[in-house]
Amino acid sequence: MCYCRRRSPWLFHLNSGSCNGCDIEIVAALTPRYDAEQLGVRLEGSPRHADILCVTGPVTKNAVCAIKTVYGQVCGPKAVVAIGSCPATTNVFIDSRTLDGPLNKHIPVDVFVPGCPPRPDAIIQGVAKAAEILSERGNRAVQAAASAEQAPAEVQA
Amino acid sequence: MSLLTALARLLVFPGLLFAVPTAWFFLWVERKSVAMMQGRVGPPFMQPFYDFIKLLGKDTPPRTGVAGGLMRAWPLIAVSTAAGAVGLLPVLPSSGGFQGDLILLLALLEVPSICIIAAGFSSRSIFGEIGSAREAVLSVSYNVVFLLAIISVAASQHTFRLEALAQLPSTPLRWIGILAILVCLPAKLHLNPFSLPNAEQEIYSGPMVEFAGPELAMWELSHGLEWVAATGLVATLIAPQMAFWGLSALVFVALSFGIVLLLSALAAATARLAIDTTVRFYWQCTIIFAVLAVSSALFMRLRS
Repeated sequence: MCYCRRRSPWLFHLNSGSCNGCDIEIVAALTPRYDAEQLGVRLEGSPRHADILCVTGPVTKNAVCAIKTVYGQVCGPKAVVAIGSCPATTNVFIDSRTLDGPLNKHIPVDVFVPGCPPRPDAIIQGVAKAAEILSERGNRAVQAAASAEQAPAEVQA
Repeated sequence: MSLLTALARLLVFPGLLFAVPTAWFFLWVERKSVAMMQGRVGPPFMQPFYDFIKLLGKDTPPRTGVAGGLMRAWPLIAVSTAAGAVGLLPVLPSSGGFQGDLILLLALLEVPSICIIAAGFSSRSIFGEIGSAREAVLSVSYNVVFLLAIISVAASQHTFRLEALAQLPSTPLRWIGILAILVCLPAKLHLNPFSLPNAEQEIYSGPMVEFAGPELAMWELSHGLEWVAATGLVATLIAPQMAFWGLSALVFVALSFGIVLLLSALAAATARLAIDTTVRFYWQCTIIFAVLAVSSALFMRLRS
């Protein structure tokens, strides 16, 4: 079961007010050049089908409610990957009055993929790391609570 | 003995034990051939199996009331009917037991599609309802050609027995019927260019939008079994009669594999059509096959 979880991460892509730079890079990661499907990655239309939530953008005030709803709709065991510098630190938009970031203020984040935007290689590495976390989390239910409090992993861009 | 034969057919070959791994294999062939046509490496061989096991281990959202019960029931009904349809295919030479007939096979082939329509409406999601409506419209469109083609083949043979279909002489009617069924298969299996009921980008997978975990795993499996049943139906019509059962099984598998490759290549090479174009295609363009099949069946009956 753990092995299958690691080999079959299905993603749901959530934009929380991003400039679209990271979104384009996520799509690029699925193109023939990078071919994330080799790792079993599939971009799903519905959060109900997904295992990993890929969030881009600095989290605008309008997006907070949607983020919490979509996070609740993803069925467990689940993991969250914050893609780009915006969800990690709100980046250049810091102190903006329209923002309510960073992302880990609202939902637990497992992997941060820094970069503005990050390269598709880094995104795939982040997803692979999240899939490993997911397989461990599914294995030991007790560990789930503990791992949520642990410091999130970071991918070198 | 006949009971044993019937059980072996339903449970071993071409039933469950053969059909489930073949369903995963066909799902992999579909994804892999699309990937290869796009210049990618594509998923590993065991990918559909990994997906299935992973989905079995996921949580499902809490479901209450009649709608919740129905949402749990639809995928199970779809899987069991699709598996039953595969089990009924006349692959091996007849040797007693429960034979079933063409009407039962067609009904079993149709139930998964009805389950998908009902599942979309049970989920009460707007995307699910749009997807179900599209599936219903699509089903009404392709089934005219599909059913007329099969019924004319049966009418020319004066029987609804499945073995009679497999022993059909190589007349023009047989090839018109096969062509008509082949034209309907992409719509029946929700492949491009007729994949609009489960369009990922427009309506978030349509009727499947609210399904998660084991329920979604069952939907994936029923989709795979539909692949085996639908391609198997065409393969039994094409395959010549063999004296040795092992050889006929081998020819059946090889022909099914060829049809899967053909349909996957079509899916990779085309884009999704709008619903009105699809309906127009089936009602205006492919109806010619149905008319040809019915008229040649009538002609053959009058002559005999």
